[in-house]
Amino acid sequence: MSNDDYLLDVRGLKVEGWADEKWNPIVKGVDLQLKAGQVMGLIGESGAGKSTLGLAAMGFTKDGCRISGGSAMFDGIDLVKATDEEKRRLWGTQLTYVAQSAAASFNPAHRLVEQTVATTVREGISPMSAAVADAKELYAALQLPNPETIGERYPHQVSGGQLQRVMTAMAMAPRPKLIVFDEPTTALDVTTQVEVLLSMRKAVRDFNTAAIYITHDLAVVAQMADVIKVLRYGEEVEEAETRQMLAEPKEDYTRSLWSVRMLGKEPKASDDIVLEIDGVDAAYGAVKVLHDVSIKLPRGRTVSIVGESGSGKSTTARVVTGLLPPSKGEVRFNGTALPAQLGQRNKDVLRKIQMIYQMADTAMNPRQTVGEIIGRPLEFYHGLKGRAQEKRVIELLEEIDLNEDFYDRLPSELSGGQKQRICIARALAADPEVIICDEVTSALDQIVQEGILKLLMRLQKEKDIAYMFITHDIATVAAISDEIVVMNQGKVVEQGSKTEVLAPPHPEYTQLLLSSVPEMDPDWLTRIEEQRV
Amino acid sequence: MRTARVEGPLSLHPVLATILKRLGLGLITLFFVSIIIFSSINLLPGDFGEAVLGQAATEETVAAFRRELGLDQPAVVRYFDWIGGVVQGDLGTSFSGRASSGIDRSRSVAELIGPRLENTLFLAALTAVIAVPLALFLGITAALWRNTWYDKSASVTTLTTISFPEFFVAYILILLLGTLWPVFPSLANVQEDMTLGQRVYASILPALTLTLVIVAHMMRMTRAAIINLLASPYIEMARLKGESPRRVILKHALPNAWAPIATVIAFNLAYLVVGVVVVEVVFVYPGVGQLMVDAVSSRDIPVVQACALFFASAYILLNLLADVIGIVTNPRLLHPK
Amino acid sequence: MSDSAQYSAAAEVGQVRTRRSRWERTWIELKKAPFTAWIGMAIIAFYLILAVFAPLIAPHGEAEVFAVPFAPWSGEHLLGTDQIGRDIFSRLIYGARNTIGIALATTFLAFLIGGGLGLVAAINRSWLDQLISRGVDVFMAIPSLIFALMLLSIFGASAWSLIVIIALIDSTRVFRLTRAVAVNVAVMDYVEAARLRGEGLGWVMRREILPNIMPPLVAEFGLRFCFVFLTIASLSFLGVGIQPPTADWGSMVRETAQLIQFAQFDIRAAFTPLIPAAAIALITVGVNFLVDWFLQKSSGLRDVK
Repeated sequence: MSNDDYLLDVRGLKVEGWADEKWNPIVKGVDLQLKAGQVMGLIGESGAGKSTLGLAAMGFTKDGCRISGGSAMFDGIDLVKATDEEKRRLWGTQLTYVAQSAAASFNPAHRLVEQTVATTVREGISPMSAAVADAKELYAALQLPNPETIGERYPHQVSGGQLQRVMTAMAMAPRPKLIVFDEPTTALDVTTQVEVLLSMRKAVRDFNTAAIYITHDLAVVAQMADVIKVLRYGEEVEEAETRQMLAEPKEDYTRSLWSVRMLGKEPKASDDIVLEIDGVDAAYGAVKVLHDVSIKLPRGRTVSIVGESGSGKSTTARVVTGLLPPSKGEVRFNGTALPAQLGQRNKDVLRKIQMIYQMADTAMNPRQTVGEIIGRPLEFYHGLKGRAQEKRVIELLEEIDLNEDFYDRLPSELSGGQKQRICIARALAADPEVIICDEVTSALDQIVQEGILKLLMRLQKEKDIAYMFITHDIATVAAISDEIVVMNQGKVVEQGSKTEVLAPPHPEYTQLLLSSVPEMDPDWLTRIEEQRV
Repeated sequence: MRTARVEGPLSLHPVLATILKRLGLGLITLFFVSIIIFSSINLLPGDFGEAVLGQAATEETVAAFRRELGLDQPAVVRYFDWIGGVVQGDLGTSFSGRASSGIDRSRSVAELIGPRLENTLFLAALTAVIAVPLALFLGITAALWRNTWYDKSASVTTLTTISFPEFFVAYILILLLGTLWPVFPSLANVQEDMTLGQRVYASILPALTLTLVIVAHMMRMTRAAIINLLASPYIEMARLKGESPRRVILKHALPNAWAPIATVIAFNLAYLVVGVVVVEVVFVYPGVGQLMVDAVSSRDIPVVQACALFFASAYILLNLLADVIGIVTNPRLLHPK
Repeated sequence: MSDSAQYSAAAEVGQVRTRRSRWERTWIELKKAPFTAWIGMAIIAFYLILAVFAPLIAPHGEAEVFAVPFAPWSGEHLLGTDQIGRDIFSRLIYGARNTIGIALATTFLAFLIGGGLGLVAAINRSWLDQLISRGVDVFMAIPSLIFALMLLSIFGASAWSLIVIIALIDSTRVFRLTRAVAVNVAVMDYVEAARLRGEGLGWVMRREILPNIMPPLVAEFGLRFCFVFLTIASLSFLGVGIQPPTADWGSMVRETAQLIQFAQFDIRAAFTPLIPAAAIALITVGVNFLVDWFLQKSSGLRDVK
């Protein structure tokens, strides 16, 4: 095939990054071909090099990185060999970019419309007045509210989802041949994500623009892309048409990208309530964040609390742990009301309610070894010291599928999944009846998430521990819960067994939340679009 | 969780409200500082009268002296007398020139400080005029060409000069430009009847010394402030929109850099105020700093207090100015939601 | 590529580094140290040797007066004598001992006061924190050299009042830094985890917070030492710091400063006041170089190549 058929033809592209006093490969020779108007999804987990590849395909590298080999032909120009000046003429006009965090990627000192039309005006594509008029049309096409005036605003005056759409408008303004979307919806709540996805897809299709869509979420990319390329460790795993990839992936690794969705658990009911939150109100200063929240946690079961940011799900956890005393209502543990303040609770109660955090990185003291981290609760709660303590730590390490080699390691010498396992072991060391899991898998890659969830389920079966599982990820909820609590704006919207909550009919908010979760079906977004018109 | 903004009955523009708040805080700080400076006189040992007036002082003269200082009155009354005087330009009377005999040849502090104040402000202004543009230029270019030989040599040089005491720099300059090649006067003998040109010529070595000392600081901090900013995603976005390096700095980084740069400048001008003391002594420059050192040696408390109040006020004012610049260049405050 | 999706937690590749002892790691870091850091270390070692062995190295006594004041450089008096006939070379060596000793004592005292209060304020976060913080704000509004001059005029100049006054003034800066870094650590999940476990305040402070704020505090110690050193030198130079007959570099510059006017007749004499001044500059350069390297290392924010 000749190069002329492709808008972008990347061959054997290599990118290196400077770290630890040497150049390390990040992208290890990847090919990527894209025709005009085609959308390619780049998918992979953290460290796969997908963002680096997406930028390098534009001829751009971040500070501390360099392109060390290969070629990237775009419209007859090799972006790898082109001079900075040649590339600058293309960037912002023929080749544009939509970044992950719109809030951070807009210059706080300039108005939105100025930033939207900047390159169009600079390159003389159209005069200021025409460019502004066009920007307003684009805002309208992207379903932004008040398209006539929203451009007069500054970035901090606009919400995150709207900013992401303004950024798409900015990328569209010069009518580029290719747009690179770099995780554009990752930072958004699911209900906002749907809106942004809809308007981005419409814009790309209406203008017949080619796009590279980078994400770690296969369900999202399935809606956007014609072709999907899976990356791992800076190399290509496979590439296929979207439908074919979802129906029959060639590689096991690709299948593992949706492994969490494959987990399943039969929900079991129980009347033996270990923890009960009863009519709790709570406030940070004058701002009330929980309104009459009541939740029951049965012994040895998993209750998932789902909601978007600001729903009050993490605050509920803080009330249970005693970090935030409620202004009304109480928390009962095994039938007895818990003192509201952490300081008034006795050691035995503290021992029985343990907590695992979202970021295992910050949940472990970086100056303590694994042995010290797990050993401390053993000594503190059970008085184990010396040899006995060491023996028990190693037993715990084996329970979480690690071994005694880890005893002397520092947290910085562990992978993300291993860190979270150590945190689980620290909670287990206390011999708890309840573990509060606060978004424990959301910072992890899919395959690691699956491992952690399986471990938690096995431990629950063996030790009859109840989990209060706080998350925003519906796939995880569906995989592991017995019961589900849906929260919105500090109130409980719905609660019940998993089968009840996930099956219709739903209260309005649950309906919105559930319908916003992207499904592993390329037609899902189209269906939503039709429903909403 | 974001707190809802409570709008008062008098809904001021947030910029104005923030500035007023800062000014208020500045005034309160100044008030407390004046209390600290004032209270220092109460820490004086009891036999201070004899120390000032000499061993031969009679009991009556010491008592009269104590009465004049108001040491027989409650501290609150004395404070308000003192601060009331300060506001009206009456800084009290110097201790020096008194004698045990009771004959009083002492001068008023305001009379002593007045002309020197002018000289010190002149020296500081002269230094600022040279140092600020120079440091900004060096700092911005070092940030622009970071990790080149230019940046690296600037880094080592400034790290070295930061470590130099002012008098070391001063004497090197005197040795080179004052005695070996006598281009400039090594004693800054500034007179009241001098023309501006003569004044500048006389003060060039002290100004140069101060410049060398503060440029290093200011340049390093400017460079750090800009590099900090260049790491933000919106700068990467600007580069990805094909903006030239010059426009990235001028149009995208600089409008957001005024607050940190203003802080850098104010911090260094405040430092300048202090550096002035040593430099004035080296060059025998007739300013407030030298006066203060002399007064400290002779334990002339009213003069020390007045000088300390001057330096502290200048320091607080400069920091206040930096805050205000930071506030008026902050788009979040300029364009509230 | 044939990558199987088989998963084993223990085999998961993290950023696993080879485990090395503390000394091995230190040695590896040292080998990678830039030349400025090596210069810094050499300077500091040299000064410490001078300070410790001053009586053995100096050819004459600290306050021994000879017949000829302002004697020129010679074999007997390497750097000549000062205005009352004391050997400048010997005083220079003793000066290392006095000046560094006083500056070190002052810095330690400042860290004891400022660091202790800073830690307490960071963990306590109540009215006590508010009170100390606002108080420190006010004290910091007075330039430190000016404050020191004012207090010295009241209490008189002696080594002890110098140490106490400067340490108190400097402790405000130490307080601010300690509080700021400790607050950052105190909000970490692992501190919350320790509190949820029921650990007491002492344990949280000693085991969870202190080890994690040491690197910035160590760097700050170097910087504050430089600052204290320069302040004391300046005060001595102004004649209100360390008092004669104790030898110290700041006063030595002042005492011999007039020699600089004779540069055209005896260039060596003109260098005499510059030597103690250079001695002051050199040690601060050394410490600054070392701290600069340490800061780059511990912050991990190395400049991009």
